[in-house]
Amino acid sequence: MSDDGLVMLQLHEPGETPAPHDSERGAAVGIDLGTTNSVVALSFEGSVEVLRSADGRGLIPSVVHYRDDGGVEVGAKAREAILETPDHVVSSIKRLMGRGIEDVKALAGTLPYAVEPNPDGGMVRLRVAGRVLTPVEISADILRAIKARAEEALLGKMVSRAVVTVPAYFDDAARTATKDAARLAGLEVLRLVNEPTAAALAYGLDNAVEGLYAVYDLGGGTFDISVLKMEKGVFQVKATGGDAVLGGDDIDHAIAEHFLADRKAAVGEHPISAGEVKQALMTARVAKECLTGRTEGEWMIEVDGRPSRHSLTREQLEFLAAPFVERTIAICREVVEDAGIDVADIRGVVLVGGSTRMPLVRARVADFFGRPPLADINPDEVVAVGAALQAEALTAGSDTLLLDVTPLSLGIETMGGIVEKVIPRNTPIPVAMAQEFTTYQDGQSAMSIHVVQGEREMVDQNRSLARFVLRGIPPMTAGAARIRVSFQVDADGLLTVAATEMTTGIEQQVAVKPSYGLNDDEMADMLRDSLVHARDDMQQRLLTESVVEARRSLLAVQSALGVDGDLLSADERQAIDAAIEQVKAACAGSDRDAVTASVESLETATKSFAEKRMDRGIRQALAGMSVDRLDGALGGGE
Amino acid sequence: MTMTAAAMPALVPCWSCKGPVATRALFCSVCGAVQGPGALDHFTRLGLRPTFDLDMDELERQYFGFQRRLHPDRFASKSPRERALSQGQATALNEAYETLKDPLKRAVALLEMQGRKVDLTACGTINDKDLLMEQMEKREAIADADSVEAITRLSAAADSDVLSCQCHISAAFNGSDLEEAVHLTIRLKYLVKLADEARAKKVRMMRAVR
Repeated sequence: MSDDGLVMLQLHEPGETPAPHDSERGAAVGIDLGTTNSVVALSFEGSVEVLRSADGRGLIPSVVHYRDDGGVEVGAKAREAILETPDHVVSSIKRLMGRGIEDVKALAGTLPYAVEPNPDGGMVRLRVAGRVLTPVEISADILRAIKARAEEALLGKMVSRAVVTVPAYFDDAARTATKDAARLAGLEVLRLVNEPTAAALAYGLDNAVEGLYAVYDLGGGTFDISVLKMEKGVFQVKATGGDAVLGGDDIDHAIAEHFLADRKAAVGEHPISAGEVKQALMTARVAKECLTGRTEGEWMIEVDGRPSRHSLTREQLEFLAAPFVERTIAICREVVEDAGIDVADIRGVVLVGGSTRMPLVRARVADFFGRPPLADINPDEVVAVGAALQAEALTAGSDTLLLDVTPLSLGIETMGGIVEKVIPRNTPIPVAMAQEFTTYQDGQSAMSIHVVQGEREMVDQNRSLARFVLRGIPPMTAGAARIRVSFQVDADGLLTVAATEMTTGIEQQVAVKPSYGLNDDEMADMLRDSLVHARDDMQQRLLTESVVEARRSLLAVQSALGVDGDLLSADERQAIDAAIEQVKAACAGSDRDAVTASVESLETATKSFAEKRMDRGIRQALAGMSVDRLDGALGGGE
Repeated sequence: MTMTAAAMPALVPCWSCKGPVATRALFCSVCGAVQGPGALDHFTRLGLRPTFDLDMDELERQYFGFQRRLHPDRFASKSPRERALSQGQATALNEAYETLKDPLKRAVALLEMQGRKVDLTACGTINDKDLLMEQMEKREAIADADSVEAITRLSAAADSDVLSCQCHISAAFNGSDLEEAVHLTIRLKYLVKLADEARAKKVRMMRAVR
């Protein structure tokens, strides 16, 4: 491309001109919002620091304790409260993000709390300590605690923006729910980044690796496997897969069930209480962690004054864990095949997530990939480290680039409940694709569009994301109408769907607020409830956006004056200069309307200048003069 | 693709500074604002010469190079308008990359640039009798394969048919025989489908053995 010899003039590379008000907008952190634990980190000039509590702990247990006095506790303290008041404590809420009651039924028995359907058919609700809460609100409580932790660690500096990670396999509903939770917690989400991609970023930058890499991420509640190509700072996801409800928690449950069966034998038949279940789960987790370093151990469970002793060997643990680990290996095999690559071409495999500490997991991963896995960055912290690097890249600029893909196919329902895929999985994002459909009845005036996500052929085996109706189709014979349904997925992996009747141009568009998400009213209510200053906050954001836009206009006019200023008479120049001063003054103030008005008068003042510049450009081109300047930055290749 | 000698890049006003900017430009040379993706063929968009014999490494290099400058991550703190334009650019780059990466889609794109439309999604009947017979026989063979060895052999044969068809397409394009290129592209579509089916069955059977 550079062979064309085109010259680039005054091209502002992103990052060269930092956005205005950046210092006032607070620090931008990376947050790994995990099923079991969360981590927050900050990057400054490429060096990342995990933000720790006063006593040095990086992990914040993703556990929330709703106290009777109305107070909310998050983290280690909340986890301790599980024993005292199990029904006041929520853990593993990430498993319910964006889930409806039908999904939760599949998890029946593995959830340590009571869920109830949402009367409106959306995301489930939890009844905790006399309150009814959505998973979004509970996640927002965790994010608020993370934000507070970060602000404390940064000595009171405000934290208002974040890159938040999600499992690559999260569907649209769960992604939207995560973004909503961050908003409720007063955090602007700069980008949702997939966890394996974030981990790869952390490794790529530290080790300057090149080639194909796999990231095996087994967390508390989710499993992800991604294959990436890393090349000169570009991280290109080739294929991704996983299971949104498979993780270390499942192993804990298997151990806990084993303990509870033993306990029945020890203390006699009795109805198992919620307290016993929670304690068995905690003991199971401790036992699992202990057996990473040791080969056997013994633990006590004491509830209601009835103690019981439980021994477990590593061999027994591995027997209990094997079905889950084998499932992850089967998914690895599918993803590698999907990427159309040979396992031998993979130059390294990165381990992420606390569950990858288990010797069984390491051995099976090493066996499948034929090489020992990389784990030099703490697997609990590596995702947050990558998220922090991306937060800095997005706010301060960077040479690295993440190119991610859609984890699941997106499609719409057609006749007979069959799914027509519009965007196949593993398509690079952002992406826009469209497909045409037609009517199946004479005179059909409306068409119901049902958007689904998943790989199965039948609608009911996939996740339903949204339904909407395109109305006003003019009467035609069956099959004559041309309805174009277009899907757009942005860089956060969030979907927008539009349907247009092509012969008339009737259009309907929905930002897919998933069936299992919150509707706008619910969101607004929650924002009102949760943020005393929600209104001020919103005003501030709008003002900031207007100022960003105004300064962009200002720079544009100033650049134009630098190049074509000679086209103006002294009077014209004076008028433009005056308008410029007006914009500058408005930007320094805090009146959004004044900012907008000043930009409008700048536009009026420069109207004839713009016309003169266009005329000059066309004259030059007609005269056969070099148009290099006008061609500008045509290039792009390296 | 004929170009008139007096080819002149069309000029449009930059949305940001209102000055003249070439329709193909990514950024305004005066104010630096990112421009919309515009209507370009996939090769031009990635700065590549239109050819079927594309060097995959070069394709990737060009794709990465353009994404480095146009991806929405580069515009995270810019104005909403610039963010939307960059998303449009990145979307167009992804479409071009996905099209050119795949030999079948690449052939279709090349034919379309030369006024020959080949609809890959149309599931109409095969007009070509020989192709039809060949497809039926091969599909039957795949369905009948009852051992990993048998399906592995068929899958390898199907893959090699795909490769050889691609070689013929390349020759047709290089000899400017568009008629033949259209014919072979339709053939490639069916060969690819067959190869995919064989591979899927192979994977299934290998899994069952494990």
